[in-house]
Amino acid sequence: MANSLIPAGDFRTSYAADTTIFPTVTSRNFAIAGVLLAACAPFMLNDYWMSLLIAIGIYGIAALGLNVLLGFTGQISIGHAAFFLFGAFTSAYLSTKMSVPTFFAIPLAGAVTAIVGLIFGLPAARLKGLYLAIATLAAQYILLDFFARAEWFSGGSVPATAEPFSIFGYNVTGDHQYFYVVLAYVVVSFLLVTNLMRSRDGRALIAVRDHYLSAEIMGINLTKYRTLSFGIAAFFAGIGGALYAHYQLVVSYEGFGIERSILFLAMVIIGGLGSIMGTLMGTAFVVLLPEAMEWISAALRGGLIDQTLGLKNNITFLREIAIGAIIIAFLVFEPDGLAHRWHQIKAYWKLYPFSH
Amino acid sequence: MNTQLLIQLLVNGLVVGTLYGVVAMSFVLIYKATQVVNFAQGELLLVGAWVCWALMVKYQVPFYAAMPITMVFMFVFGILIQMVFLRPMIGEPIISVIMVTIALSTVLQAAMKWIFGVNPQPFPPIFTSQSVSVFGLQIQTVYVMSLIVSLAMMAAMAWFFQASKHGLAMRATAFDQQVAQSLGISVKNVFAMSWAISATVSAVAGVVVAVVNGVSSGLSIYGIKVFPAVILGGLDSIAGAVLGGIIIGLLENFAQFIDGQYLHWGNLYEVAPFYVLIIILMIKPYGLFGTKDIERV
Repeated sequence: MANSLIPAGDFRTSYAADTTIFPTVTSRNFAIAGVLLAACAPFMLNDYWMSLLIAIGIYGIAALGLNVLLGFTGQISIGHAAFFLFGAFTSAYLSTKMSVPTFFAIPLAGAVTAIVGLIFGLPAARLKGLYLAIATLAAQYILLDFFARAEWFSGGSVPATAEPFSIFGYNVTGDHQYFYVVLAYVVVSFLLVTNLMRSRDGRALIAVRDHYLSAEIMGINLTKYRTLSFGIAAFFAGIGGALYAHYQLVVSYEGFGIERSILFLAMVIIGGLGSIMGTLMGTAFVVLLPEAMEWISAALRGGLIDQTLGLKNNITFLREIAIGAIIIAFLVFEPDGLAHRWHQIKAYWKLYPFSH
Repeated sequence: MNTQLLIQLLVNGLVVGTLYGVVAMSFVLIYKATQVVNFAQGELLLVGAWVCWALMVKYQVPFYAAMPITMVFMFVFGILIQMVFLRPMIGEPIISVIMVTIALSTVLQAAMKWIFGVNPQPFPPIFTSQSVSVFGLQIQTVYVMSLIVSLAMMAAMAWFFQASKHGLAMRATAFDQQVAQSLGISVKNVFAMSWAISATVSAVAGVVVAVVNGVSSGLSIYGIKVFPAVILGGLDSIAGAVLGGIIIGLLENFAQFIDGQYLHWGNLYEVAPFYVLIIILMIKPYGLFGTKDIERV
């Protein structure tokens, strides 16, 4: 029991204690149990639920990259969907045209996307967050136009095809098997980012976010860390996109407009800016919200509410309105997102009978 | 080289450019007064155009009555947006404020599709004659009207800031909020007012575009095209915004001419402003007239 509870007050006396990933043994056990539980999911759930879990994993990785940029460095990107798509096309191109094994194509796609991200991020990294927002907005339009035009790369108006994922000659088929690929990437990505945030570089990013002038006076190179953070964001967007490509097996540029970039922003804000586990919660929220609205509208079919709102025909618009309204609500009422709420619930139960 | 086409396109560019200028002007107005980067500017055009359309088509209101009603509606709408969504965000980090306006644009865009449908709707004709002849060039009447309305709005804005009491209060607030407050200016009212004026001016621009091209959700692209214009002109300069808008409008049409005559890439019209945007950010990030942001600690 000794290590399973956090004592009142802060008794960290060493750097090792300060930078530990799991504050208590219980929290570590819970994290391991969570991964094991996720690994058992394919045995219990049907295809529909597996596809949702895979979507959460893929978008979660991309949103994690955005959280490093938005939550930890305080820079904003409105072109994340374009970078996600760039990763998808790159991996598809590498696996089909260059016959690179998919196992290597995915990280390679991440690296290429990071380089492209840096090209757009560099001019803005010298300036404040606002300018990066506008530069990424331009990137969104320029990249999408490029995909529509470059037939050698993205197939133009014909969707590009991607090879199915294979490892040591074993072809991964179906949602239930592909889930393990996504799960492995999710675990590795989240560990990478958690460790990054414990390191010197991670602390520098947070310093840039909290007060960039003080950070610069302390000897942190602002341009370097803003650029680095943007590169990391683009890298994870590329990884997510590559996983998406090998899952869908066809990639089309349609549906990756600015609305999709806003969805990524929604994932990060709803989950909690600067919270690594919150990213996953936010992604789950955004992925499940349309499904939940679908279930509700199915349950209400034929009723009075259905008739007045015209749910069946207007569900797409209502969904968009809901996403926008939820982003605003979170920003106004709960700027720290679901992760903060989760901590409060935990604290409540920990202190249960005596809440104060 | 097709001179006739080039001149035609440049005239188009001038007309569209002044409209960009008007929208950019109302964007800069909000930015200067309240430090909010408004990603929902295009949606203000959209809402204004749809309201005017609904008044004229659904309720059979004549144009000269529908236009003032739309303007009053948008004035109130602007105040409401500021009070409900932006006022709680005062003092929050700039990123959060940007996010609120982005979310607002999603909500308004979807709401307009929900209420008015996804199909573009033609605007009822306002002028009896289709085109007038100016120096031997056939120019559509609506274009002439668009140019006149845009210039009138720019002149009105210039008068407002130079001579009127509220305009001066707004400039004082933009200069230094604390000083303005100690002079007895209600900063709260100035914030609400700047949104109201911006929404009204945008709505007029929206109606003008709608009269030319019809009403559709594509109108909100004006809110995106504003960014190249204001970055070119300098983010906090109203004159720069107008000039930037005109340059972007001309450049777009010139790109289309080059594309159509020589390159045949297609779609250069749409993306050329964004390439310009990236180049400006690289070489002259504060634009032509923007104030250089020098911080002293």
